[in-house]
Amino acid sequence: MPPVSRGFGGRRRPAADPSRIPPGQYATSDFPVLSAGPTPRIPLEQWSFAIRGAVKTPISWTWREFLSLPSDTFTVDIHCVTKWSKLDTVWMGVSLDVLLEATGATGKYVTAWSDGGYTTNIPLGDLTSGKAWIAHGYDGKPLEAEHGGPARLLVPHLYFWKSAKWVRGLELTQEEEPGFWEQNGYHIYGDPWREQRYSGD
Amino acid sequence: MAGAAVLGRLNWQLAEVVEVLDETPRVRSLVLRCPGWPGHLAGQHVDVRLTAEDGYQAGRSYSIASAPEDEHLVLTVERLQEGEVSPYLVDVLRPGDKLELRGPIGGYFVWKESFGGPLLLLAGGSGIVPLRSILRHHAATQSSTAARLLYSSRSREEIIYRNELERLNASKNVDVFFTLTREWPEGWNGHRRRIDEELLREISWPPTERPLVYVCGPTAFVERAADLLVAIGHDPSRIKTERFGPTGT
Repeated sequence: MPPVSRGFGGRRRPAADPSRIPPGQYATSDFPVLSAGPTPRIPLEQWSFAIRGAVKTPISWTWREFLSLPSDTFTVDIHCVTKWSKLDTVWMGVSLDVLLEATGATGKYVTAWSDGGYTTNIPLGDLTSGKAWIAHGYDGKPLEAEHGGPARLLVPHLYFWKSAKWVRGLELTQEEEPGFWEQNGYHIYGDPWREQRYSGD
Repeated sequence: MAGAAVLGRLNWQLAEVVEVLDETPRVRSLVLRCPGWPGHLAGQHVDVRLTAEDGYQAGRSYSIASAPEDEHLVLTVERLQEGEVSPYLVDVLRPGDKLELRGPIGGYFVWKESFGGPLLLLAGGSGIVPLRSILRHHAATQSSTAARLLYSSRSREEIIYRNELERLNASKNVDVFFTLTREWPEGWNGHRRRIDEELLREISWPPTERPLVYVCGPTAFVERAADLLVAIGHDPSRIKTERFGPTGT
């Protein structure tokens, strides 16, 4: 066991169900903002979302086309590598199953890319079977720019940096290509339940 | 991305508290002796972990305040009233205590002398901490890069590292500008408002000089500063941001 910190008892918060908090995380009711660089603000008429690369049919959706796709309202727990977890967050978004069904995939890995140049890498299998969405609503309202609006990737079972804000597209590849934080010391996969925070964890 | 990818696993290390420095009524610096420290880049942070007698643990991340060249590793911590780890670090920890940490972490919000500039640093509150590491690195390397810091605090008492920053202001290549947003002591000759476009235009280089910008502070400060810089015409890819603390949204 690690050495005891003299005089530390902890301020334990009983509210959260411990079985829903991954190791090293704490529950917060805030929604902290973390991002690298200024918040991009793109007019909706210039926005599009594209799936390209190793796919059968590359497709790009305008904002209007995107919103006409079937959307889910879903409740998930999110876990940030900076150690906060937020339980029961309610989102609205288009399932990636819907988007990927339209394009068909031949690659095994995905790089999500965003306005502002951010990228993150995720195995394709982590985006299918109801595990991921392109979210455009939060808590009953349109998603604010600060939190990644107009639309962000949402992959709640991985650390939250994988849920790319301001997402504009997915590039499918045969090999895994490390994204922005993955090139800057963070774990290539990022499973909060295995505490894969940093490369080598 | 030029950065320091972390290779291999970052292991927990045991540091010893050498000294605790009062910076402001709510902020202390922890001077640590960390024998296995692998070195860091200015702007990086560490994870700190506390363990109670029954094995309960709590961890948080803190920016490194010292330069890579400094003898000791220094963390500067602000006490958050509702916090779990910061009140312990600020109020309970004393010289001789041990502290578990692992790092350094993060290869993005870092500055090396070779990155050049001109270097524009914008700090809100305790967001000064990683920027102080950058300024100390700048001084330790006797960098010829011009650097400017604009530091926004609520009051004079809440300015962290005030004496050191005033000394730096007197040195070649570095200019330090303070702005106070809530209380102004008699005879205060710094700025007296939240950052705005006029203030940024006044203290910054024009966009044509392509300054390399680091913004750190509470979310509202960072959002405002970064939005203003982009509106003035600075290249978003030259603006690095790091946000502190909860937003309440």
